[in-house]
Amino acid sequence: MSESVSRPLTDAVIRFAGNSQDGIQAIGGFLARLAGRTDKDVMTYMTIPATISGGPSIFQVRLGTGEVLSAGDEVDILVAFYQHSYQNHIATLRTGGLLIYDSDAVQPEPNPTRYRTLGVPISSLTVEAIGGTGKDKGKNMFVLGLVARLFDLDLPKLERMLEDYYRSKGEDVVRRVLGAFHAGYAYNLGQLTEDYRFAGAIPRGDRPRVVMDGNQALAYGAIAAGIRFGAGYPITPWSTIMETLRAELPKYGGIFVQAEDELAAIAMACGASYAGYLAVTGTSGPGISLKSEAIGWAVMAEIPVVIVDVQRGGPSTGLPTNVEQSDLNLACYASHGDAPRIVIAPADVEDCFYTMIEAANLAREYSCPVIVLTDQALATRVETFEMPDFSKCVQDLSPTFEPRGPNFKPYANTPDGIAHHAPPGTPMVDGKYPVVTGLEHDESGHPASRPANHVMMVAKRRRKLQVLAGRLPKPEVYGPPEGNVLLVGWGSTRGPIREAVDRARAEGESVSAVHIRYLNPLPPGLDEIFDGFPHIFVVELNDEGLYGYGQLAAMLRARYCNDKIRGINKTDGLPFKVREILDQMRRKLSGLPVDVSAAIVEVGDEGGGG
Amino acid sequence: MIAETQTQPSQRYTKKDLVADHPTWCPGCGDFSILSVFFKLMEKRQVPHEKITCVAGIGCSSRFPYFVNAYGVHFLHGRALPFATGISLMRPDLHVFVFGGDGDAFSIGGNHIDHAARKNVRMTYVIMDNEVYGLTKKQTSPTSPVGFKSKTDPTGAVDHPINPMKKLIAAGATFVARTHSHLPNHVMEMMERALDHDGFSVIECLSECTEFFPGAFDSANPRKGGQFQLVPPDHDVTDEVAAYRLALAPPPGYFGVFYQVKRPTKNALEAGIIEQARQKIGSATPQELLQKTFQRFS
Ligand SMILES: Cc1ncc(C[n+]2csc(CCOP(=O)(O)OP(=O)(O)O)c2C)c(N)n1
Ligand code: SF4
Ligand SMILES: [Mg+2]
Repeated sequence: MSESVSRPLTDAVIRFAGNSQDGIQAIGGFLARLAGRTDKDVMTYMTIPATISGGPSIFQVRLGTGEVLSAGDEVDILVAFYQHSYQNHIATLRTGGLLIYDSDAVQPEPNPTRYRTLGVPISSLTVEAIGGTGKDKGKNMFVLGLVARLFDLDLPKLERMLEDYYRSKGEDVVRRVLGAFHAGYAYNLGQLTEDYRFAGAIPRGDRPRVVMDGNQALAYGAIAAGIRFGAGYPITPWSTIMETLRAELPKYGGIFVQAEDELAAIAMACGASYAGYLAVTGTSGPGISLKSEAIGWAVMAEIPVVIVDVQRGGPSTGLPTNVEQSDLNLACYASHGDAPRIVIAPADVEDCFYTMIEAANLAREYSCPVIVLTDQALATRVETFEMPDFSKCVQDLSPTFEPRGPNFKPYANTPDGIAHHAPPGTPMVDGKYPVVTGLEHDESGHPASRPANHVMMVAKRRRKLQVLAGRLPKPEVYGPPEGNVLLVGWGSTRGPIREAVDRARAEGESVSAVHIRYLNPLPPGLDEIFDGFPHIFVVELNDEGLYGYGQLAAMLRARYCNDKIRGINKTDGLPFKVREILDQMRRKLSGLPVDVSAAIVEVGDEGGGG
Repeated sequence: MIAETQTQPSQRYTKKDLVADHPTWCPGCGDFSILSVFFKLMEKRQVPHEKITCVAGIGCSSRFPYFVNAYGVHFLHGRALPFATGISLMRPDLHVFVFGGDGDAFSIGGNHIDHAARKNVRMTYVIMDNEVYGLTKKQTSPTSPVGFKSKTDPTGAVDHPINPMKKLIAAGATFVARTHSHLPNHVMEMMERALDHDGFSVIECLSECTEFFPGAFDSANPRKGGQFQLVPPDHDVTDEVAAYRLALAPPPGYFGVFYQVKRPTKNALEAGIIEQARQKIGSATPQELLQKTFQRFS
């Protein structure tokens, strides 16, 4: 794509590249929140180095006046703080894009033809504006001012946000922040301001919009759901969820415990759930490995519990600050024995909020563990969404203790198979009290190893999820229900997949998509949807595996015996770019081998091309 | 929002009402006596029947909850303490009892003791120490004496055993006691004092495995010619160093309360955090609170 900036813009991708101590995230944060207050959607993309002590850091923000589906493939504007930032990221700048660089620190190639340049003495102008020697400090605010000027952003709103945010740090800080910001805003950009003006906004609904990251939405979703107990052990990228819950739950009368390890955390959660208060625990992949034993217990004992897995690159310590969707098998199968559980994956930040409410309700309704499978990209990206209607979604899950019995059976073999526990404190009218257990048991909870009993109970625990599967909504196809290619996705890739569909259709290709939100059990109707397409590609951020299929692709092939199902996979630890999806799709359709590059792992090709 | 259950006066009950399945323990197993003491204690104290809650891990001793007609949980090997922590924190109206063996406590669950103790979570933990793995049929346990011949140490155990009293005191447990299942009156006294302790109370109860380590505790059993040595009457239970000194006595050691101090419980501290948070926000409902919070994000 080589057209120059067209006016007016509907969206722009800006990448800030510097070191982590430059406060680059802060620029992105303010832009995001500003976008939430005006009629712009925003999606941000952040990478933080695994070594927190400093080093290269980028923040990418895509501001748009329509619905922003992905973080954007190519960068419209690159802001480079250092020579290494320029060198490492200039290739991402699209043809016709704009490089803004700190002329005190960066020397770009002379007279580039591919892109425009704007050298600004960011360091010296910042020092000039606010004095001091700390030349790393304040540059971010200068750049924020520059960007505000470039896009003609709402100046008074930004000023107010900065004041609000920094007020607690003292007047002096506020003065310096605003000084640097205004210096950037005052910089003369000449003709450029004409080139970067957003088109009129698309009117939104009446409800105000909020801006937060996926982990925040998820934590508040748990609170709205009525969850009042949580336990966890710190691990990136899950930690911010437990930090939020630790700070917030007490306001709601709840408790969050930092446990000694992940197994203890899920044990505490099971204990609280058993005691009548549905609980949440969470972690990232390595912690799920530790929790696995207790997942099996919760399945066997039929105790509800919500377990969050914020996936990161694995196995082992892997890529702690990168995204991967490689815990799907773990989520669906972690533990031992036949251990059916529910697995749901939210698709965007807003969905993180509502998925937690749904997870809580499913856990209670089906009396089993529910795993919420999110990922690092979703955890850290910031999006705007409509303010939830709290009068509709806030729940009270306090237990009741009405007497039960006679003949209360916690594990009654009912047609739907669902267990109904009584929390301690519930009087039993016949004076017989139940034990919940991880041993195979009869309907009353007594240990029972009789062959026929195990057959009955295994079937009962499976049957309740089959009942759930029958109640799940049939997924909707994005695009026409019949065509040439169906892209199948789950979790955080929904946005880029939809954008890929839009782009391919605009270019005349017959491409649709379906998003699978319920991964275990799978929803009904997928086979009928698959029938409408000769080519089905499951787009996943995981490896193609030993046999050429990613984790969901393998499950779908096993489930539907459908050999049209193939995979579009990659394992570079970064979210899918729209272009990457389309490139792989087109190459596979033409039977060409998929490019082996740093970014894309070659995918085994059924087309025979090679 | 941590609700109390309705405390309607429940009916008086006797030991007989608490009897459930007949224990699957071997005849003569020391665990029987702990079970009958527990029945007696509940009968005496009349803890409302629907509020008796027993949690256990895995092991012969951990089968305890099946034998009590009360709310019971048979959880994972070694993980009963964190499970009980979840119950205890959310249900101040219950006094949770945890039962388990020496392997459950000091091997696979070793780390959880430290944290339940340092957090001082309100509950009573009875460790039924037979110095062997009973359920899995005679392997070395973390408390087996050096030289003990087991299936995993056919020529005699070589690893230095854990001293339960030292470990429990060091971990910060606020009530640490030791007893012997052959002396039910003493077990009863320890259990009752543990029940009355506001915090993490733990009792090591020597409990003979007649099947795989018979006679292990004869040296402390007067009926077998041993000596049951009580903690000296002048021992100061709040003196941590003195408690260590008692713990250092060679086997069979002392019996009684080694250590007992008052320290705020996790239950109380969390209630305090909630109280403080609620004071700041007044009477706002969850819905109002969330609305206000989200306004900050808009
Ligand atoms: C994760 C796990 N590992 C191992 C076991 C097998 N196991 C069950 S009980 C036990 C040891 C029991 O010894 P102890 O805790 O001393 O109890 P006792 O039977 O002596 O009362 C072992 C190793 C298990 N159930 N789960
Ligand atoms: S094996 Fe030992 S501990 Fe287990 S029931 Fe028999 S005597 Fe008791
Ligand atoms: Mg033992």
